[in-house]
Amino acid sequence: MDSSGVATGVRILVVDDEVAIQRFLKTVLGSEGFSVHQAETGKLALVAAAVVRPELILLDLGLPDLDGVEVIRRIREWSPVPIIVLSVREREDDKVQALDAGADDYLTKPFGSGELLARIRVALRRAVQEAPEPVYKIGELEVDLGHRRVTVQGREVQLTPTEYDLLRLLVSHAGKVLTHRQILKQIWGAGYLEQPHVLRVNISNLRHKLETDSSRPRYILTEAGVGYRLKGDY
Amino acid sequence: MVETDDKRPSPEALLKLAQAEEVEAGQGKLNIFLGYAAGVGKTYAMLEMARQRRQSGADVVVGYVESHGRAETDALLAGLEIIPKAAIVYQGVSLPELDLDAVLARKPQIALVDELAHSNPPGSRHEKRWQDVLEILNGGIDVYTTVNIQHFESLNDVVAQLTGVVVRETVPDLLLDRAAELRLVDITPDDLLQRLQEGKVYVPEQATKAMEKFFQAGNLIALRELSMRHAATRVDDQMRAYQESRALPGPRSVAERLLVCISGSPFSERLLRITRRLANEMKAPWYAVYVEPPGSDKFARENRDRIWRDLRLAENMGAQVASITATSVAEALVDYAQRHNITKMVVGKPAKSRWRELLRPPIVDQVIRRSGQIDVFVVSIRPLENRPRELSGPRPKIPWSGHLGALGLVLGASLFCVLIRPFFSPTNMVMIYLLAVVVAAIRLGRAPAILTAFLGVLAFDWFFVPPAFTFEVANSEYLLTFAALFVVGVVISTLVARGRERAEAMWLRELQTASLYHLSRDLAMAADTFAIIKAVQRNLTESLNGEPLFFQPIGEQLEFVDSGEGPTPDLKEQAVAAWAFRNQQSAGRGTDTLGSAAFLYLPLKGSASLMGVLGVKLAKDDDYTSQQHRLLLDAFAGQTAMALERVHLTQQAGQAQILATRENLERALLNSISHDLRTPLSSITGILTSLREPGNGLSPEGRNELLATACSEAARLNRFVGNLLDMTRIEAGGVKLKLEPCDLQDLVGCALAHLESRLAGRPVNVEVPADLPLVLLDLVLMNQVLINLLENSVKFSPVGSAIDLAVRIDRSALLIEIGDHGQGLPEPELKKIFDKFYMVPRPEGGGGTGLGLSICKGIVEAHGGTIRAENRDGGGLRIIVRLPLKLAPEEGESHGQ
Repeated sequence: MDSSGVATGVRILVVDDEVAIQRFLKTVLGSEGFSVHQAETGKLALVAAAVVRPELILLDLGLPDLDGVEVIRRIREWSPVPIIVLSVREREDDKVQALDAGADDYLTKPFGSGELLARIRVALRRAVQEAPEPVYKIGELEVDLGHRRVTVQGREVQLTPTEYDLLRLLVSHAGKVLTHRQILKQIWGAGYLEQPHVLRVNISNLRHKLETDSSRPRYILTEAGVGYRLKGDY
Repeated sequence: MVETDDKRPSPEALLKLAQAEEVEAGQGKLNIFLGYAAGVGKTYAMLEMARQRRQSGADVVVGYVESHGRAETDALLAGLEIIPKAAIVYQGVSLPELDLDAVLARKPQIALVDELAHSNPPGSRHEKRWQDVLEILNGGIDVYTTVNIQHFESLNDVVAQLTGVVVRETVPDLLLDRAAELRLVDITPDDLLQRLQEGKVYVPEQATKAMEKFFQAGNLIALRELSMRHAATRVDDQMRAYQESRALPGPRSVAERLLVCISGSPFSERLLRITRRLANEMKAPWYAVYVEPPGSDKFARENRDRIWRDLRLAENMGAQVASITATSVAEALVDYAQRHNITKMVVGKPAKSRWRELLRPPIVDQVIRRSGQIDVFVVSIRPLENRPRELSGPRPKIPWSGHLGALGLVLGASLFCVLIRPFFSPTNMVMIYLLAVVVAAIRLGRAPAILTAFLGVLAFDWFFVPPAFTFEVANSEYLLTFAALFVVGVVISTLVARGRERAEAMWLRELQTASLYHLSRDLAMAADTFAIIKAVQRNLTESLNGEPLFFQPIGEQLEFVDSGEGPTPDLKEQAVAAWAFRNQQSAGRGTDTLGSAAFLYLPLKGSASLMGVLGVKLAKDDDYTSQQHRLLLDAFAGQTAMALERVHLTQQAGQAQILATRENLERALLNSISHDLRTPLSSITGILTSLREPGNGLSPEGRNELLATACSEAARLNRFVGNLLDMTRIEAGGVKLKLEPCDLQDLVGCALAHLESRLAGRPVNVEVPADLPLVLLDLVLMNQVLINLLENSVKFSPVGSAIDLAVRIDRSALLIEIGDHGQGLPEPELKKIFDKFYMVPRPEGGGGTGLGLSICKGIVEAHGGTIRAENRDGGGLRIIVRLPLKLAPEEGESHGQ
């Protein structure tokens, strides 16, 4: 792949207080051509974010001084830099909080280096790309945002307006996790934040229309306890 | 050999010593300053001793000392901490008394309490001061006290005989036994008399006359001797105890046992004291027995009270007491003695008139005739001249109606005889009169029956013996008829009456036995404390017409147990119960302690500890002192305590079992953790070190294979840690369900996506109807359940075989079924697989943690559902999760469309 080409000199800030993880990430990212900067605490991370101006931040949620979610919030006050959260499995709520606060993606520890690099690439590409591509294509699903046309295996699928809005939201964030709150707020408005069943029903309907086997979805993936993600093309 | 054996302390002696020490632990020591009369200087000696102890650093307070204005005593009191006296108001007069609670609250090392034999005014907690002292001792406080020798119960009558003065305030001998130290305070009688003349001896005004009689040289000498002798006996006892504990060779006591028979006569008390003295001298245990003749209920109540009092007294003096019902007193006594290996019997010889002895041999003679090997001591008992006559109770009411009935019967019989006169000879009329006597004996009792016999003779003579209508007898043959009629009448009436009395006694005993039987049957069935309380409540009401209250210890405190019905005790009653509990003695109504309470409180003594307190309210005042009631109540309390203890022990055993099970689990956990954590770690470590080795000569394929293994081992480790965390959360009760509307297809999809790599291309037949409604579930946790179940199926079925997953709704339940095509499990294993750390023994080894399915169980149960396993018809295992169906609210859906 053209990974080394994309990565050359790209500044990544790694925020983690575990020396072993720092060392591992530095090795992996460094060998891919990224320029790796490190911070061990939340406060140092905030300083480094301002000084280094990284193009992507890898942030561990369990920091010794500040709460990781707080770090995201403070960075988001002034910077749209992509933030990927590194978290342990047990803390679904933390992940949701981090995503709602503005994180772009999350990775559950332990993770493989391949997975990590893929997520980084998606995040970087989305950051560069201003507007979503007018035609999204993955597998046999094709969404033409310009013409509001959705086809599966070349066959046009009829969607309700809500379903289409939902799909468009997912498409415009393809590869990224969207939390339930984020989707509910975007599509139905803040008044629907506590009515998750609306979302479930529409996702279910969408799947029936788009997936060949809705109990083994290929496009609209569920992140249990967190939200949904449209499969990205990585 | 034998000699050395002899010198070793006997086990019994050691045991006694150990018990004595046990009793002492936590209890105060009693120091008694013993004198022989007022004015010998007991209080002075006590205060002097107290000052010495204070100087050597002991914490001494004066609980109660009366100086009677004597300057020497006041001087000694100065500088000692004095607890203010409590003022008890009695009949409008405020009496300074010992403030027991203040002493207990102050909790000094030593408390001084003067005049041990003092009687407290009504309204105090205890009737007697010695009871106060016992309570202070139980509170762990040493007590210095003073008492004169004549106040001890067992010497009371001796003193009365010696001096002619009856001392009313007595102290049980038990206190003398409790005393750790006995100090004899002694001056010569001459000096004492001199002090009396100098006015240095305080004499209460109202007793001046008695005192004058008391303070005579002869009396004083006798009393002095008595006190010295008593002190010497005690020294002797101590010597013996010392010898026994150190096994010094010395005189041994033969195994003697004494028995005294009491009858409820006014002299029984003396008999008891005499026997106690004998027993003390012989170092022998002793028994006091009362034989109750059947029908003794007819005795005057006072007499019964006296028997009860005597038995209590005997118990106080250290005797074992028993009360037996039997017709023949002598026979019962000897039988009891033989069964208890009695060696010596003490009986009183009553002064009965000669002619009565002729009629009926005295019990003493009967006992002696039957006694066999047992020595019998006959003590002659004469009433003491100075002893106030025991009040004779109201004379038994003469049943006039009975006697009228007798008259009626005789008249009836006579009338009948007049009617049949033409057909029968006069001698046959006698039979009719006899019949009347029998009827009277059965219906009216003994006295009317005898009256009937007498009247019958007269009527027979008057009406039918020629010459008729006179009392003259023409034929002297009739005199024999008269005599026979009368004697037969008397004999019949006596026999019938006795039979009836016996039947009555039997009936009473029968009632008692039956009520005890019912109680013990109910208690045996009671499985918990509440059931026991109910059982006692029911039985107590039925057999004694009493109301019970229950108290149970909770920690150090005694708490009232509310059974839902019956009365609730007020604070005062609770305090009395607490006292009974703390002091392990009965208290309240009918006892010497806190007698003004509404209930009688009996401590429930189990074999190891006190199980609580039973409070009882009886219907009548007399019932509290009636021996029958008290015996039955004691039996009730004993049975209840045993039942409570049994329940308590059962609970403890249950807890111990739970603990043992938990311990096993913990061991399994440790084994599992160490095995499951270390195994992947060791292969990862092995692989990493071998890769690190310079020049390891591995081929690229070899390297890749090793790395793949390391990765999969790391994944396994991660799964295990995840499982452990889940399990810990479930165990800690930390599973908080976050119920959200779930699309079941989504649920299944998530799990399958998660397991994609592990399923390794295995076919999974998913059967989820598309039209299932949204269901309220914790998606993350149920996802975990599905993952674990699927993993389990993967593990225990052949590679490449299909896994079937079906979700359906069955009435009000959501069913999730996951089946494999493996071997299935033997029946008994089916239940165990959900246990923590249970691993199905398989030759190939599954590499499981034994946690996956128990986590599933935990999560499913948190949802209010069930999980079970069954073997499929075609082979293989099916696990069925059944969840209560909770549908998500549907409103809002229309907004989305």
